[in-house]
Amino acid sequence: MAIELKMPALSPTMEEGTLAKWLVKEGDAVKSGDILAEIETDKATMEFEAIDEGTIGQILVAEGTDNVKVGTVIATITGDGEEAAAPTPAPAAEAPKADTPKEDVPKKAESGTEQLVVKAKAAVADPAIPEGTAMVRLTVREALRDAMAEEMRADDRVFVMGEEVAEYQGAYKVTQGLLDEFGARRVIDTPITEYGFAGLGAGAAMGGLKPVIEFMTFNFAMQAIDHIINSAAKTNYMSGGQMRCPIVFRGPNGAASRVGAQHSQNFAPWYASVPGLIVIAPYDAADAKGLLKAAIRTEDPVVFLENELLYGRSFDVPDLPDHVLPIGQARIMRPGNDVTVVSYSIGVGLALEAADQLAGEGIDAEVIDLRTLRPLDTATVLASLKKTNHLVVVEEGWPVCSIASELAMVAMEQGFDDLDAPVMRVCNEDVPLPYAANLEKAALVDVPRVAAAVKAVRNRG
Amino acid sequence: MAKAPARKPAAPKKTASTPAAATNREQPRDPVSYDATPEELEKFYREMLLIRRFEEKAGQLYGLGLIGGFCHLYIGQEAVAVGLQSALDGDKDSVITGYRDHGHMLAYGIDPKVIMAELTGRAAGISRGKGGSMHMFSVEHKFYGGHGIVGAQVSLGTGLAFAHKYRDDGGVAMSYFGDGASNQGQVYESFNMAELWKLPIIFVIENNQYAMGTSVNRSSAEDQLYRRGESFRIPGMQVDGMDVLAVRGAAEAALEWVRAGKGPVLMELKTYRYRGHSMSDPAKYRSREEVQAVRDKSDALEHLKKVMEEAGITEDKFKAIDKEIRAIVADSADFAESAPEPELHELYTDVLVEQY
Repeated sequence: MAIELKMPALSPTMEEGTLAKWLVKEGDAVKSGDILAEIETDKATMEFEAIDEGTIGQILVAEGTDNVKVGTVIATITGDGEEAAAPTPAPAAEAPKADTPKEDVPKKAESGTEQLVVKAKAAVADPAIPEGTAMVRLTVREALRDAMAEEMRADDRVFVMGEEVAEYQGAYKVTQGLLDEFGARRVIDTPITEYGFAGLGAGAAMGGLKPVIEFMTFNFAMQAIDHIINSAAKTNYMSGGQMRCPIVFRGPNGAASRVGAQHSQNFAPWYASVPGLIVIAPYDAADAKGLLKAAIRTEDPVVFLENELLYGRSFDVPDLPDHVLPIGQARIMRPGNDVTVVSYSIGVGLALEAADQLAGEGIDAEVIDLRTLRPLDTATVLASLKKTNHLVVVEEGWPVCSIASELAMVAMEQGFDDLDAPVMRVCNEDVPLPYAANLEKAALVDVPRVAAAVKAVRNRG
Repeated sequence: MAKAPARKPAAPKKTASTPAAATNREQPRDPVSYDATPEELEKFYREMLLIRRFEEKAGQLYGLGLIGGFCHLYIGQEAVAVGLQSALDGDKDSVITGYRDHGHMLAYGIDPKVIMAELTGRAAGISRGKGGSMHMFSVEHKFYGGHGIVGAQVSLGTGLAFAHKYRDDGGVAMSYFGDGASNQGQVYESFNMAELWKLPIIFVIENNQYAMGTSVNRSSAEDQLYRRGESFRIPGMQVDGMDVLAVRGAAEAALEWVRAGKGPVLMELKTYRYRGHSMSDPAKYRSREEVQAVRDKSDALEHLKKVMEEAGITEDKFKAIDKEIRAIVADSADFAESAPEPELHELYTDVLVEQY
């Protein structure tokens, strides 16, 4: 009986990949550990090893095939002494549809993070972008990379430092290609030393450079938070405006897929509570690019919170030589009159999706993307509240001491007379993020919860 | 006299797997005591005396309630800052230290008035009254603070060195820290990167024997702190920090090494603080006799005075210098007491550089 080799999942979120290259051909004898093929995802190229001994029977997916779904049979191996028997019927197409998995493929465990990624996009153009500007389609990942590359071309003081940013091309491929263009002087791989290189970066900024410090994820920045807060954020104040620390700390933040409690957390409210820091958390690729460029240019220290689940999503990005956006300005993603739904980062997608659904039920929601969390653009939120008289905050993060609770207080203090109902927040459950797929789903915010909150707040008045 | 690190006799090798001793690696040259001119001797003496008198006055003002919070005095350690900083190139090299920072600023020739006014929290202070004793900076002098978190200045200093190398400006960073900070993890993260990338930095451990109330012997498995860089291949030097000429001589040997692009050096300066860790420290962890013995036998000012007497400087001259320094310190105290506090609107300035 021939053994079927299936397209492997190289990460919990991988659904398909490119079969880049076969390193064996039909009839080759292989043994356990031999490398059979190279498989590419948008994050990485991986080698696919044989687990069984035998002879390659048939190669069913040709090299160079894109979008091969995980679980697709890509080749067969016959055991010792067996004839290279006819393989099980090959799929009709080289890249079969994902919705027709073979029955013996075990169902891939779902992740709660799937409910976080929706197709929603801004319903209206960003007024900061000139009308008629041509657009290019970029992933958030590419947009971030382009932002760094453009700023590095413009200013020799800018350099990128972090774990695996150079030769590995970025743990999440955000720094892909930077080493080739800018060399090892400006794209620097560090040891696994968050506290040390965050401090080194802050010192280099004090000494006149403009570091971009990548944390592989913000979970690991906890090792370095002393330098972000005590060294970077307070320097200008403590020195009476004499000494500056123009540095960007960036990396993915928030829940990732099935990685458990220590690798899934939204630190936005932590950093946003610190005077002296700028905190930015963009949703789409255009904002990611325009705001990262602004973050690199400013003389203030910036915490720039990205989201791993959004890195691979594509959006329209203005095709401008220098697309820079203002820090500290929220963006109305969808205008509406009945209720204001405020969010940031990945939560913006949920808010937009819920707004689309609610439109079908006669509720006209206005969706605001805060984009910058410190300084917070309360004016845009309060102006919207004045119009809609209802406020819901959506946040992929814990509810206690959150951006949501801060906005509720802002509404109390400055918009009380405009409120027809109490502010509601839609946040993750108040627990460490669990590993089990069903519990993870239950812990994270989703579109139905946003829609339910909007309806509830509308029913109060 | 600067002491070269004691070399261990090589242990007899029993098995082939015993690693070779590290001694055949290139080391900085053995330092020699600095041969100062009479003018230089007088300059060192003036600076050290200014630090001593300034700190005594700060202690008095603290007792009067004019200085608040934490106030860490440098009395006893004067030869370290004066000896090391005299060897630096003020136009190129950068310095960073922890919270016991008044002496380093004075050794840089920064006006004592603006330092004292910062201690009293006045608008004329070098940080406009918003930093205080532990948070003082002078970018003009390439003095980058003044940091209150134990050990932070080691990583930050490594960043200053990184900037020197990145810009290829020929500068060297000097990062001072204490025996207490030498047990912080980030120190070793920084050692690793500094040697890995051959950054131009001199790590200076001011070993005043006590981390607050805990002696080196009670806190450090390797109490010969100059060896703390060995596993990173950073050469170490142990120096008599009570002898300004030894300090200056060692600094020159260290600077030669670093300026030649050979990477960092770790200097351990053996010194002693006469006062408590901060003003609120009753110093019960050591005896009065111990402190007195250091004062009697090893005082840095007395030591330098003897050298100067041998060089023919007369008692009259010492008296004149003393009078002059006392006047400078008295002026700085008067200034710091009478200068106005910051305006209330200063509460909200300098939080961010730019407008958003």
